[in-house]
Amino acid sequence: MVRFGSRMAVDGGHRDGGCDWDGRWNHVTKFLERPGPFTHPDFEPSTEALSGFRLIHVVDMDTIDLSNLNRQFLFRPKDVGRPKAEVAADFINSRIPGCKVVPHFKKIQDFDDSFYRQFHIIVCGLDSIIARRWMNGMLISLLSYEDGVLDPSSIIPLIDGGTEGFKGNARVVLPGMTACIDCTLELYPPQINFPMCTIASMPRLPEHCIEYARILQWPKDKPFGETSLDGDNPEHIQWVFERAQERAAQFNITGVTYRLTQGVVKRIIPAVASTNAVIAAACATEVFKIATSAYIPLNNYLVFNDVDGLYTYTFEAERKENCSACSQVPQDLQFPSSAKLQDVLEYLTENASLQMKSPAITTTLEGKNKTLYLQSVKSIEERTRPNLCKTLKELGLSDGQELAVADVTTPQTVLFKLNFTT
Amino acid sequence: MAATKASKEQKYDRQLRLWGDHGQESLESAHVCLINATATGTEILKNLVLPGIGAFTIVDGHTVSGEDVGNNLNLIFWVLMVDPLDFNRAQAATELLQELNSDVSGNFVEESPNKLLDNNPEFFNRFTIVIGVQLPESTCLRLDSVLWSASVPFLVCKSYGLIGYMRLVVQEHSVIESHPDNALEDLRLNQPFAELKNHIQSYDLDSMDKKDHSHTPWIIIVAKHLERWLSEHNLQPPKNYKEKEAFRQFIREGIRKKENGVPEDEENFEEAIKNVNTALNPTKIPSTVEDLFNSEECNDVTSQTPSFWVMLRAVKEFALNEGNGSLPVRGTIPDMIADSQKFINLQNVYREKAMQDAAAVSKHVECLLQSIGKYIANRRCRCLGKNSSFLRVVRCRSLAEEYSVDTVNKDEITSSMDNPDSEMVFYLMLRSVDRFYQQHSRYPGKAKVYTALSLINVRLCIHPLCYDDCRYGAAEPHTVAAFLGGSAAQEAIKIISHQFVPFNNTFIYNAMSQTSATLQL
Repeated sequence: MVRFGSRMAVDGGHRDGGCDWDGRWNHVTKFLERPGPFTHPDFEPSTEALSGFRLIHVVDMDTIDLSNLNRQFLFRPKDVGRPKAEVAADFINSRIPGCKVVPHFKKIQDFDDSFYRQFHIIVCGLDSIIARRWMNGMLISLLSYEDGVLDPSSIIPLIDGGTEGFKGNARVVLPGMTACIDCTLELYPPQINFPMCTIASMPRLPEHCIEYARILQWPKDKPFGETSLDGDNPEHIQWVFERAQERAAQFNITGVTYRLTQGVVKRIIPAVASTNAVIAAACATEVFKIATSAYIPLNNYLVFNDVDGLYTYTFEAERKENCSACSQVPQDLQFPSSAKLQDVLEYLTENASLQMKSPAITTTLEGKNKTLYLQSVKSIEERTRPNLCKTLKELGLSDGQELAVADVTTPQTVLFKLNFTT
Repeated sequence: MAATKASKEQKYDRQLRLWGDHGQESLESAHVCLINATATGTEILKNLVLPGIGAFTIVDGHTVSGEDVGNNLNLIFWVLMVDPLDFNRAQAATELLQELNSDVSGNFVEESPNKLLDNNPEFFNRFTIVIGVQLPESTCLRLDSVLWSASVPFLVCKSYGLIGYMRLVVQEHSVIESHPDNALEDLRLNQPFAELKNHIQSYDLDSMDKKDHSHTPWIIIVAKHLERWLSEHNLQPPKNYKEKEAFRQFIREGIRKKENGVPEDEENFEEAIKNVNTALNPTKIPSTVEDLFNSEECNDVTSQTPSFWVMLRAVKEFALNEGNGSLPVRGTIPDMIADSQKFINLQNVYREKAMQDAAAVSKHVECLLQSIGKYIANRRCRCLGKNSSFLRVVRCRSLAEEYSVDTVNKDEITSSMDNPDSEMVFYLMLRSVDRFYQQHSRYPGKAKVYTALSLINVRLCIHPLCYDDCRYGAAEPHTVAAFLGGSAAQEAIKIISHQFVPFNNTFIYNAMSQTSATLQL
C-alpha cells in the first residue's frame, strides 16, 4: 500500500486549536458531473483524488467516443462505447487507494433533491447552459430560510468550469450568497442559428447548405426511413454532406467539406487537452480551498485565454437583485390586458435575463389549475395553441394574477406576477 | 497497432479544427525533451502526448520516492502494479505516458542534465523544444547557454507551493498564422481596388426593384453612399462622431419608403448603418508589421536568411509596388443579408484580388530566392497573403541576460513593485529561493526568509507572503502542477506549430488568488 506524500502548503500547526487535515478531508464527498459529450475531461476525479478527496460521485449520461481520446485521458481506445462515468470510476478506484468513485450513467435531471442534498460540494463540467441552469436551480431549491434569513448549512457550493478551444472559465457559486448562473446569463453569447429564409432560399455560406440538408431535406427525403438524423452516424453525415455539396454547387458556393458538415450538424466545439487541464486545475484548486477553508476561495469568476500569450482575468460577478433563479423576488410581468398570450411567451424566451426554451404556463382560475400553454406534449400543445392568440383579459386573467412557468432551464417552476399596465 | 489515417482524423478531430492538418503534421514531426518527470513535468508531457507529438525524451536521474507517488498522477497509476521505490523516475513516467497515446514514441535517459551537459552537450541539439522543470538556477543557466547557441527553444517551468512559474527562452520565433481573436475586416472601402470599384459601379440602387434593393450587400450600400459623400465633402470621408452620425443618417435616408411614407423593412440597410464604424476604418499597414518591415533581417536578405524573413521581404516588396502602400488583400468578407448571387459575386471579387496579390507576392519570393541562390520548399504564399496583417515575431531574451547584473530589467521590476498586488513579488521570491538553494543545497524553511532575500541584493519590505513561500518547502501540489501543465504544453505547441502567439517571456500564476501576470524580464 502506498501512502501519500506530503500534501500541501497548509501548516496545520498554524491555526488556533490545530486541525486534523486528514479527518477534514475524509468526510468531504464530492459530486462531479459531466453530462453530454463535452470538452471537459477534467473533472477528472483524478485531480481531486490526488488532492486527497476520498468519496466522489460522478454523473455522466454519455459514452466514450474516439474523438474524446485527444484530451480525456482516463479513457483508452478499448473503452470506446462504454459509459464515461463507469470507466472513469474504474480507472481511479483501481489505482488510488482509499478513494471511492461512484459512477452514475445518468442525466443530472434523473436525480432529485434527495440525491443532491447529500453532497458537500458540486463540481460541473457541463456541455450546455441549460444543464448549468438546471443544476443551479436545484441547489437554490435546497436552500432553507428561517424568518427570511438564509441558513448557511443549507448552502452547497457549486464550482463550474467550461472551455471552448483556447478559452475557458471557472467560477464559484455559493447559492443564495454569491452571483448564481442565472444572475450572469448575459455573459453567455447567444447560440448562432441561421434564419430560415436564408437557409431555404438565400444560402451564402457552406453552413447554410449544410443546414438546408439537415433541417429541410432530411425530414422530406427520409433517407434512412423514420430514423432521425444521428450526428454520430458516419452514413448520416455522408448523406448530409453530399446533399449540401449539391446545393452549394447550385449557388456557386465553395467550402462544403465533410469536416465542416460534421461540425455544423453536431454543433462541434473545438477542444484540446491543455485548456481543459488549466480550467480543471483551477476548479480543483477551488474545491480544495473550500473543503479545507485554508485559503479564500475565488471570488468568483475566472476567465482564461491563451490564443496570444496567456491571459487571465478574475472578477466578482454581481448578484442580480431580481434574478429569476436566486433572488426570491417574485418576477414581474408587465403587460397591457389587451396583450396576447403569445406576447408573454415571446418575452419569456427572448428576454436576455430569462432566455427560457419552451416555457409551460399555468395558473389558477376559479380555484382550479389551468394550463394556458404547453409545448412539450403534442396533444396539450394542440389544445392550448388557440390561447396564444387570445388576450390576457379574454383568458380570464386579472391584475396581480400569479403565473407558474416551468421550463428545462430550471428544476422548479418560476412564479410570475402579472401587472396590467392598462 | 498503428492507427489508420481515418481513425487518427477522428481521434484528433476536435484539435484539427484549431490548428488544421498542417499544424498536426508539425506536431507529429516534433521531438520534445522533458527534464525531470515531476508532477509538473508529467502533466506538461501528458498534454503533449494526448494531442500526438511525434516523440518525447525524458531526462531524469532521480529514483521514484514516496513523495513523488503522492503527487505524480502518472506514477500513481503505475506504481500500484509494481513494488515502488525502486524505479528510475524517467522510466516510470515514460512507460505510463506512452500508454496515453500509441501514436507517440517515448524515450528516457537516466541521467541528470548536468551530467549530460558535462559529457555530451550536443545531446540537446536534436530537440524541437526542451522543457526544464524544477531545475536549480545553475542548471538552467547552463542549459540556457547551450540551447541558445543551438537555437533550440527552452521552456523553464516551476511549481512552488501555490505559485506557478514559466519562462520562455527563444531567440526569434516567427508566426504567420497567429489567428487573432477579433481581427478587423479588410474591406478596402476607403481605397477600393479597380475590380471592386467596377463591381460597385455595376450597381444602380435607384433603379433596382424592391427585392434586389433590400438584398444588396451592405458593403455595396456603404460604398455607394460613401462615393456620394466624398463628392459632396471635398473627398474627405466622415472622420469624427458627428460626421459618422450624419453618414449613418444619410444611409438611412436611402431606405425605400412605402406609399404612406413609412420606411420599408430593409435589414441590409440596417446592417450598413451598424457597420459604418468598421467600414470606414482606413486601410493601413499595422505598426507591428511596419516594425518588421523596418528590421534588419527584412532588409538585408542573404543566403543565410531564414525563410520567414525572405517571405516577409517579399510582402514588403509587394506593398511598395503592386500594393501601392497596402498589404495583400485578405480576400474574406463577413456574412451579410443579401441574395446568394450578389453575395457570391461580391465575395469572388475580394477572393480573386487576394489570389492575384498572393501570386504577386509569390513572384517577389521567387526573385528574392533567385538572387540569394536559395530554395524554400513550403512557401504557402496564399496563407502569407491572407495573414499579412497578423505576422508576428517574438523574441525572448536569454536567461543569461535576465540574470546578469548589467542587463537585468530593473525598470520592469521596480515599476511592477509599485503595485502591491503585482505578481512580481513572487518572481523575486522564486529567485531568492533559487539563490538559497544554490548556497545551502536545500530549500528554505521559515527562519531563513531574510537570508534568502538578502542573497539577491534586493531591498524589499518583507512581504508577508515570504512566510507562505517558505512554508511551502518546495512542495508541488497537484492542482498547481496541472494548471502549469496545461499552460506550458500549449506554449510548447505554439512553438512547435508556429501558430498562435507565445508569451514573452515570464508567466506567473498565483493559485491563492487565481490571478496571473506576464512579465518581460
